[in-house]
Amino acid sequence: MESRKKRKLIEGMAFGVIRLSTVIICLALAIMLGFILVNGYKAINWTFLTEPPMDAMTKGGIFPAIVGTFYLTLGAITIAFPLGVASAIYLSEYAREGKMVRLIRIGINNLAGVPSVVFGLFGLGLFVVFLGFGSSILSGSLTLGFLILPVIIGASEEALKAVPQTYREASLALGGTRWQTIYRVVLPAALPGILTGSILGIGRAAGETAPIMFTAAAFYTTKLPSSVFDEVMALPYHIYVLATAGTHIDETRHLQYGTALVLIAFVLGINLVAIIIRTRIRRKQTY
Amino acid sequence: MEKAKKRHIREYLIEKWFLFLATISIIILGLIVVFLFKEGLPIFKTVSVGEFLFGQLWYPTDEPADFGILSIIVGSLVVTGISSMIAVPLGVLSAIYISEIAGPGVKEILKPVVELLAALPSVVIGFFGMVVMAPFFQKVFNIPTGLNIVNASLMLAMMAVPTISSLTEDAIHAVRRELREASLALGATQWETISRVIVPASLSGICTAIILGMSRAIGETMVVLMVAGGAATIPESIFDSVRPMPASIAAEMAETPFRSDHYHALFAIGIVLFITTFLFNLIADYISQKYKQVGTATL
Repeated sequence: MESRKKRKLIEGMAFGVIRLSTVIICLALAIMLGFILVNGYKAINWTFLTEPPMDAMTKGGIFPAIVGTFYLTLGAITIAFPLGVASAIYLSEYAREGKMVRLIRIGINNLAGVPSVVFGLFGLGLFVVFLGFGSSILSGSLTLGFLILPVIIGASEEALKAVPQTYREASLALGGTRWQTIYRVVLPAALPGILTGSILGIGRAAGETAPIMFTAAAFYTTKLPSSVFDEVMALPYHIYVLATAGTHIDETRHLQYGTALVLIAFVLGINLVAIIIRTRIRRKQTY
Repeated sequence: MEKAKKRHIREYLIEKWFLFLATISIIILGLIVVFLFKEGLPIFKTVSVGEFLFGQLWYPTDEPADFGILSIIVGSLVVTGISSMIAVPLGVLSAIYISEIAGPGVKEILKPVVELLAALPSVVIGFFGMVVMAPFFQKVFNIPTGLNIVNASLMLAMMAVPTISSLTEDAIHAVRRELREASLALGATQWETISRVIVPASLSGICTAIILGMSRAIGETMVVLMVAGGAATIPESIFDSVRPMPASIAAEMAETPFRSDHYHALFAIGIVLFITTFLFNLIADYISQKYKQVGTATL
């Protein structure tokens, strides 16, 4: 038998490697955020946030992109929220394990695994071309909405499952029907968790680029959208365009960093809010 | 009683309505398949499936055009493979740290760190790879371009790590406490407990995590579009440029005429990509179902 000392030594070395991996991940995040923060904050001022791009996108701001991302995200969550919560209600409250549920779960898991660019192709084929919505807020929102659907379903189901069985039993014992129990007892109790999941979905939708490239995003437009059939600029696509397609890639570097910083601030801000809410719920949850 | 009957019918209808809404995911998945094939299959009137998959030349805009995507598939495989080599150890080990070694305080900081990494938009990671890592690689290794396999793999790994880490953590979390305690009670060190009890007990979950992480890396678009360099040739060194499947689709779709052969070929690449990730997901699903962790008796 190996001596205790040697075994402890091996443990020490193994833990060293494990700690190192964790440090690397933290460093990677810190370095990425650091670079973008340090280089981006100089670009950000009131004009940058409220003006459209000017002089072939070498000057000016990103206002149309902020508005576009706002509309696309709003559209996506409007589509995904009701469908996602309804799916979760079925899976958590009605379904009994069986072939149907298994099929639905495989469907959800695979939908979650569909590459974002394939969602883009799908949106192009179905919404833009087949249904004739063109490249528009509507096409982009639908595509993004279906993309974040699995996120909303997952979070909502978890929230519903966390509601203790006794709540349901109490309601049923008082003569409430299944639906009354869900609507008046289970849903209100699960609401904070469901909202947290939706916030995460919003963050995801705001940051996606590939799904909107062929379905909604405009290279450049100063016109703000007036209907859901208009094309819009969007923050993630704007970063891509500035960084790869412009004729003045190097001169607009500060604008690229600035746009990236605005996008990150929005997405990470949203995620932080969700994380904080969730921590609060977990602390409060006495059941 | 009339009222009770009415109520019963109403409840029945509500349940069926929710069942219908729950099938939306399957319906969407079905629609994705339908539209990918509808727009992608016409290319096979021009080239055979074999020529398409194993042809080495991708000159979609030449006359006559070449639609061979082998170099594109190889590009995807190479960056996914190398990024997995980076992401799997980082993801799994960090999950072990978070769930087994870190104290409660550290844990509460680390979990959000992993989540924030997962939340970083891919375009931002691609941007970072382009403007920070690429010049760095170019200088350090003295190579013509920093937009290459190594850089793309590294950035892709950053996208796969959070997936692998959080799913592995879930798997480890599901290991029964009794197993841990029994091992420690027998005099095993904490590392021995982790390596010989906890990891074997959660192996199916860890495999699922790795497969899903790799699936994420294959399908990731913006990073490979911005960082991989875009050369549709079979690479000879890890400092060569490649053009993985998602990058080809994203880069070329905007410039191709509607319903041209090129347009159909890009959808066909989408089919290949979709089938690949679909298989990965099915395998992951199969493993997690077949080797479901239940109770202490499964070891």
